[in-house]
Amino acid sequence: MSKNLLDIKDLKVNIDDIDILKGINLKINEGETHIIMGPNGSGKSTLAYTLMGHPNYSIEDGEIEFEGENINDLKADERAKKGIFLSFQYPEEIPGVTVEDFLRTAKSSVSGKKMGIITFKKVLKEKMKELDMDDEYASRYLNLGFSGGEKKKNEILLMSVLEPKLAILDETDSGLDVDAIRIVAEGVNKFKDENRSILVITHYDKLLSYLKPDYIHILLDGKIVKTGGIELAKEIDQKGYENIKMEFSN
Amino acid sequence: MERKKTNIEDIDRGIYDIKDEFTYKYKSDHGLSREVILEISKEKNEPQWMTDFRLKSLEIYNSMPVPAWGADLKDLDMDNIITYIRPNTEMKHSWDDVPDDIKNTFERLGLPQAERESLAGVGAQYDSEVVYHNIRKELVDAGIVFMDIESALMEHEDIVKEYFMKLVPPQDHKFAALHGAVWSGGSFVYVPEGVNVDIPLQSYFRLNAPGAGQFEHTLIIVEKGANLHFIEGCSAPQYKVNNLHAGCVELFVKEDATLRYSTIENWSRNMYNLNTKRALVDKNGTIEWVSGSFGSKVSMLYPMSILKGEGARSEFTGITFASTGQYLDTGTKVVHAAPNTTSTVNSKSISKNGGHAFYRGLLKVTKDAHGSKSTISCESLMLDNESKSDTLPVIELYNDDIDIGHEAKIGRISDEAIFYLMSRGIDEEEAKAMIVRGFVEPITKELPLEYAVELNNLINIELEGSIG
Repeated sequence: MSKNLLDIKDLKVNIDDIDILKGINLKINEGETHIIMGPNGSGKSTLAYTLMGHPNYSIEDGEIEFEGENINDLKADERAKKGIFLSFQYPEEIPGVTVEDFLRTAKSSVSGKKMGIITFKKVLKEKMKELDMDDEYASRYLNLGFSGGEKKKNEILLMSVLEPKLAILDETDSGLDVDAIRIVAEGVNKFKDENRSILVITHYDKLLSYLKPDYIHILLDGKIVKTGGIELAKEIDQKGYENIKMEFSN
Repeated sequence: MERKKTNIEDIDRGIYDIKDEFTYKYKSDHGLSREVILEISKEKNEPQWMTDFRLKSLEIYNSMPVPAWGADLKDLDMDNIITYIRPNTEMKHSWDDVPDDIKNTFERLGLPQAERESLAGVGAQYDSEVVYHNIRKELVDAGIVFMDIESALMEHEDIVKEYFMKLVPPQDHKFAALHGAVWSGGSFVYVPEGVNVDIPLQSYFRLNAPGAGQFEHTLIIVEKGANLHFIEGCSAPQYKVNNLHAGCVELFVKEDATLRYSTIENWSRNMYNLNTKRALVDKNGTIEWVSGSFGSKVSMLYPMSILKGEGARSEFTGITFASTGQYLDTGTKVVHAAPNTTSTVNSKSISKNGGHAFYRGLLKVTKDAHGSKSTISCESLMLDNESKSDTLPVIELYNDDIDIGHEAKIGRISDEAIFYLMSRGIDEEEAKAMIVRGFVEPITKELPLEYAVELNNLINIELEGSIG
């Protein structure tokens, strides 16, 4: 049996005193791909931000364990160093900081090793090629003036350079056209191996056909109400969330 | 151990704060009077017209009110300012001849090294007088004149008389009048027609004496088709009494000529920096201002470009960084006075730890300046809730056949951007520094290299330990 990587126990989170997550339980082992689906407002992005350590999301109760260690109180940068990565739904634009400089700094920081400029350039160029990204992105300012699709691709680039153990992809498929989804999915598949795990947050199944998930979880009103295989996604695709909502409303 | 170049009064301004013992050959009495001015003029052995000019300026000074807008100047008491201090040396043309204490000061500031490595000529002023001036021989052979203004008054009296305070007359405002009365030191540059000076000239102004004023005058004439980059640096150690800087810069850019004027102002935080800078640009000429304001207690500084000839251009790139106890009122003025003239303004300010950065700009387009174009962008970044930022761009139009783009943004450093960077393994302090460095990047790349490095150091030091 593969080793456990992430263990979320009865996680309760509120924002501005409103309960958003109401007791989440989720275990992810090394090498697994999990999908969380749910309608708007069910708490999907809150879960993503909480796992990454956003200061506005306060944990009321429960535990997040990563490789057996409680990380409830760690800041985002400390979590990144442990190997957690979040691909943002809306990546921030940072004027004046180039993709290359930023990534080199980030890579040195998470790996704890200084990276030479020339060595890093080579690595970056290779990864960009895999994602069908033009070289000139390296010298552009981080996300500034990028289209929605370019921003998402850039997130996947960061992921493949930083090589985390757990990658959380928050609505990475939204705003992408068919070709871009294929390229992004290929990038994710290349990244995935027996030790690395992926948690995909989505409300469509666009990415799913490429990713071969091990588990699909349905998040409704702050709780995981159903877990199953790929057939669950097909059911949602055909019937929407209404049936499941009905099932759990009583 | 090598000292770090910093300029933080409340932390450690490092090399800038090293004071030399206060010695001098001659100093005037405190305050301002006919007698003081006659003494200064006599010390300098000036022609009569200059003495008369000084006295006339004094009259104007006495008749004008202190400006009622902008900075609060009530703590600036002219009766306590020493207007003239002659350092303990004559002007030298070799660093070896400059007295050790003064030479060491400039060594610490990196001036002789910069001269060897990247400058075509250097002037160094210490308190009221220029103590060192040198220019490469090939530039002299090309007819370029670069000397202190007192020498220019002897050797090129006609030129000085023709241009001196014609662009910034003493009637302009109270501190221009003050300057006219007590000016001392500064640089004179003359670039003949068609000559390209491809490495920069630099003047450095160091005010060492406590409670003193520095009133240097810079006069630059770039003749038709010529080209020059001039760098001005200023600093002073910190004292408990107020110091005053009321310099004046007059730049004449002739037809098809280009002048880039870069300033890094790093005065200590007991300094009132009330400086006046102006450029007059002829047909198809270009003035480029690069202006960094980091020091002083109070600054009022608005370099002005008068685009007098058809097709003249001006470009202003400015950065202001206001921290604890600083009120920096800076900006730029552009007058489009001829057809098809172009101006670009790109200003950024940062305020932090209670600092107040105020952008004040004027764009004036006269009725003849049809077909002109102006693009103005000012952005401010406040790093915390105690700091302040204001933007006041004034636009006066006297014809409507012009194209104006204007953009102003005032913002705080975004928590979401910090989180985004932190989620990639970068700690909070570095994430903030990264955002600030990115914010000023368009300006840093315009600065001379050593100043760009200095600016980045300054940002890092300002942000160190500021995470609450």
